[in-house]
Amino acid sequence: MRYVKPESFEAAATLLRDEDGTSRILAGGTDVLVQLKAEMVEPDLMVDMKHLPGMRDIAAENGGFRVGAAVSGAEMGEHTALKAMWPGVVEGVELIGSSQVQSRATMAGNLCTGSPAGDSVPAMVTAGAVARVQSPDGVRDVPVIDIPTGPGKNSLAKGEFITSIFLPARPDNASDAYLRFIPRTEMDIAVSSAAVSLELDGNGVVATAHVAVGAVAPTVLLVKDAGDALIGSKLDDAAIASLVSVVEAACNPITDKRGTIEFRTKTAGVLAKRAAHIAYARAGGQA
Amino acid sequence: MAFDAQAERNFKVVGTRVARPDGIDKVTGKAAYGADISAPGMLHGRILRSPHAHARIVSIDTSAAEALAGVKAVVTGADLAQPEDEGFADVAINCLARDKVLYDGHAVAAVAATSKSIAKQAIRLIKVDYAVLPHVTDVDAAMKPDAPVVQEGRALETVPAGMSQNVTTHCQFGHGDLDAGFAKADKIIERSFKTAATHQGYIEPQACMASLGSDGRGEVWCCTQGQYMVRANCAAVLGVEESQLRITSSEIGGGFGGKTSTFIEPVALALSRKAGKPVKIVMTRDEVLKATGPTISSSMDIKIGMTKDGRITAARGELRYSGGAYPNATVDMGAQAAFAAYDLEAVETVGWNAMTNRPKEIPYRAPGAPTSIYAVESVVDELCQELGLDPLDVRLLNAARKGTLSSYGPTFNDIGLVATLEAAKAHPHYTAPLGPNQGRGLSCGFWFNFGGNTCVSLNINDDGTVGVVEGNPDIGGSRASISMMAAEELGVPYDKVRTVIADTSSLGFNDITDGSRVTFAVGLATIEAARAAIKEMCRRIAKIWDIDEDAVIWEDGCAKPAGPNAGTHPPMSLAEIAAIAGNTGGPIAGHHEVNADGAGVSFGVHLCDTEVDPETGATKILRYTVFQDAGKAVHPDYVEGQMQGGAVQGIGWALNEEYIYGEDGRLQNAGFLDYRVPVASDLPDIETVILEIPNPGHPYGVRGVGETPIVPPLAAIANAVSRAAGVRMTELPMSPPRLLKAMTG
Repeated sequence: MRYVKPESFEAAATLLRDEDGTSRILAGGTDVLVQLKAEMVEPDLMVDMKHLPGMRDIAAENGGFRVGAAVSGAEMGEHTALKAMWPGVVEGVELIGSSQVQSRATMAGNLCTGSPAGDSVPAMVTAGAVARVQSPDGVRDVPVIDIPTGPGKNSLAKGEFITSIFLPARPDNASDAYLRFIPRTEMDIAVSSAAVSLELDGNGVVATAHVAVGAVAPTVLLVKDAGDALIGSKLDDAAIASLVSVVEAACNPITDKRGTIEFRTKTAGVLAKRAAHIAYARAGGQA
Repeated sequence: MAFDAQAERNFKVVGTRVARPDGIDKVTGKAAYGADISAPGMLHGRILRSPHAHARIVSIDTSAAEALAGVKAVVTGADLAQPEDEGFADVAINCLARDKVLYDGHAVAAVAATSKSIAKQAIRLIKVDYAVLPHVTDVDAAMKPDAPVVQEGRALETVPAGMSQNVTTHCQFGHGDLDAGFAKADKIIERSFKTAATHQGYIEPQACMASLGSDGRGEVWCCTQGQYMVRANCAAVLGVEESQLRITSSEIGGGFGGKTSTFIEPVALALSRKAGKPVKIVMTRDEVLKATGPTISSSMDIKIGMTKDGRITAARGELRYSGGAYPNATVDMGAQAAFAAYDLEAVETVGWNAMTNRPKEIPYRAPGAPTSIYAVESVVDELCQELGLDPLDVRLLNAARKGTLSSYGPTFNDIGLVATLEAAKAHPHYTAPLGPNQGRGLSCGFWFNFGGNTCVSLNINDDGTVGVVEGNPDIGGSRASISMMAAEELGVPYDKVRTVIADTSSLGFNDITDGSRVTFAVGLATIEAARAAIKEMCRRIAKIWDIDEDAVIWEDGCAKPAGPNAGTHPPMSLAEIAAIAGNTGGPIAGHHEVNADGAGVSFGVHLCDTEVDPETGATKILRYTVFQDAGKAVHPDYVEGQMQGGAVQGIGWALNEEYIYGEDGRLQNAGFLDYRVPVASDLPDIETVILEIPNPGHPYGVRGVGETPIVPPLAAIANAVSRAAGVRMTELPMSPPRLLKAMTG
């Protein structure tokens, strides 16, 4: 295995493009090192990106925040302004792994791993986050929802990698929330999950809403009808019942050692409901 | 050895919370565990394991592995002896399979190489040709006459003819007229239960370094609960004499019964014998879960009859346990323990063991008892619910006490069950209010405890300090407790005593650290060894004072004249006596060898409050209190630690831990992500109440405490969850999908 610390994003992209064998990118390393230890992979090339410019920075941009691809969950959790603007995104990132893992694990890595159960992904999707992708030919911006394509897969081409994720500005009277179901209270993988991001008008009525669910399909699902079910409501019982039934209908999970189809579907609806109430309260709404 | 006949003993050291002797080494990382020892020229061993649940080994081709540069030895089952003794033979074929692989993860071959990565490559070069056989992993399926047979010809004579060859054990305990008893009942409940196999979950994987020379002499450094057991197994499996093997036990990162067998030491010795170099083997977590021993899985039927005022009239249990691919006697203990907490006129427990294509069961704290008592205590709780009775009052009404003919034969001596139940009833936990979706459960628990073969040497050092040499690895604080008992008996401060654990060549045979025996049995032998040393010191001083030996007494760490008739000699301290030992006859030591009897059974009662989320099936443990008769608690911190640790392992067993097998018979969750032990944030503070009812079989009244605490949690939690959820749960673990399904129908 060759370990390389390239001098620029361009050089890194070229290195990755030209590698004939297996390559891995090292940002937080919390997936790669586990894969190495478990002997799941023996990469020929390991490209370390942590030192490249902006990779470790959280920068204000156009009223929102650009989060470098090597920024750790702990660093996001300690960033007051980011957390105030996107509490759901940050709480999703902060659920990844243990305290020790939090000091390394990154949002971009969680996204690229392509797990349908990735804890940071649903709230990034409902936030409308955009990934900045470096390729050997240049830079492009890709909506986060278009990055994962299935379990363990993503849409990035050979030589491409994420350098940062942009979380856009959000208006007043708006917030988000993320919840997951795990059999324990920490250090686990979501059996199902849900994120809700919403914006209220001056009267506490939901003006816009986005709902995403995780671990209930091959990728995180943005359920448009579920968001629509909340619009125009103050989260009254009818709106919530509609949200739950739309979410349940959208689920397409599998049965495995972590949960059954039935359980995942049912809990995804429950979590969407509970996340909606949290996001609504955070946005200043009075039920 | 009887309890000291003293009305009220005033302990000075025993019962205090002194600093643990291993604490600083452990928190600073200095403690040397199994994997921490290396030797010059050492090779790295690695084991190839079966990917099949059940298959015949047609051939093994190791030539490509042997040809790889850096590979110094390759071994298969053919390199091990074939012991005549069935127990040793099982150890041998479990260390390296011979004709068949019996479970996913069964060891097939091993290599020793100059680096870990070469060993890894070499393993991949070994070609095994398997003929895959049908498999069975469920105990009920394994008992069916047409089930795939795991091993042939292993049934004991007690098993009736015509059953599947997988059935190896049949046992029966009880007394009284069941039919008459059930006829007297106002209410009879009969339920069936299932429990999943669970692993001890020790944090330190098995690890060893071994060396065996061409002269037949060997050394093993390993992480174990019993170095003499390792010696016996290795000697039998390697075909060498015990005197030629010296086994040193390392510091141990958890055992809970799981390190009472050998998996890798004979393999490392075989590799070393072939390579002529020391070989280290360190298991991975995946290997630990696949190939070391979990506890049994079970399927059980329980029937209990009760009068409307709460008297149990008759009780019957049928237990079907599987301890994996080998025969075992765990169901006997489960059957004996099932109804031990009750004073019953009519009771019968029947047990069966069936082999399955799972790893060999290895004891896990109170082996066999948690599952059978879970089933019994669940039915008792449901009877209380149905009849509108207080579950503590019903247990008190039916409690076993001194003089009770136990359900498994013996008549109980002094036991602490009633006192423990009364303590639970008086505790504020029992009457604390509960909120919506919350439930309270309780359960009694029981364990036999054990004494066993024990040697102790106690040396009076020339500077007046004391060294105790004992032969049992310390998995629960025994070094502290043993030093405390030596200090107590000798009348010296605790910090003047150091207890060390001997290798197999430095002290006579000791049974393994099991059966909650060490603080009891080694403590007893230590007290006797101290008394022997005291006797010798008094004899020496009697000579100096020129009086009779029995005119010298030992008090407050000094030899003193017994009374005015013995003279007015000033007391001589242990240190003063030690300093002149060379002039009075030589070094002073005491020792004691015993097969200790009188361990004294142990009872506990656990109270648990849970809250169940009706929308997700998630269970939260809100409050948990452990009450236990510990006999004399030598070091209360350690006793509380045992009580808390048992409760926590039981919480894992009840809620989430399970061995999950796929249709292909392969283990699906061989890692701590999907084999879910509780994490700290899952748990409330576990409250503890120690009751000290002296054990009549120990000079200080000590009882074993380590196993009883894992017995009650399964039922205490199941009863709390069943009451909170409004539905009776009869299968463990009560994982959220299972509980939500039960609640929503």
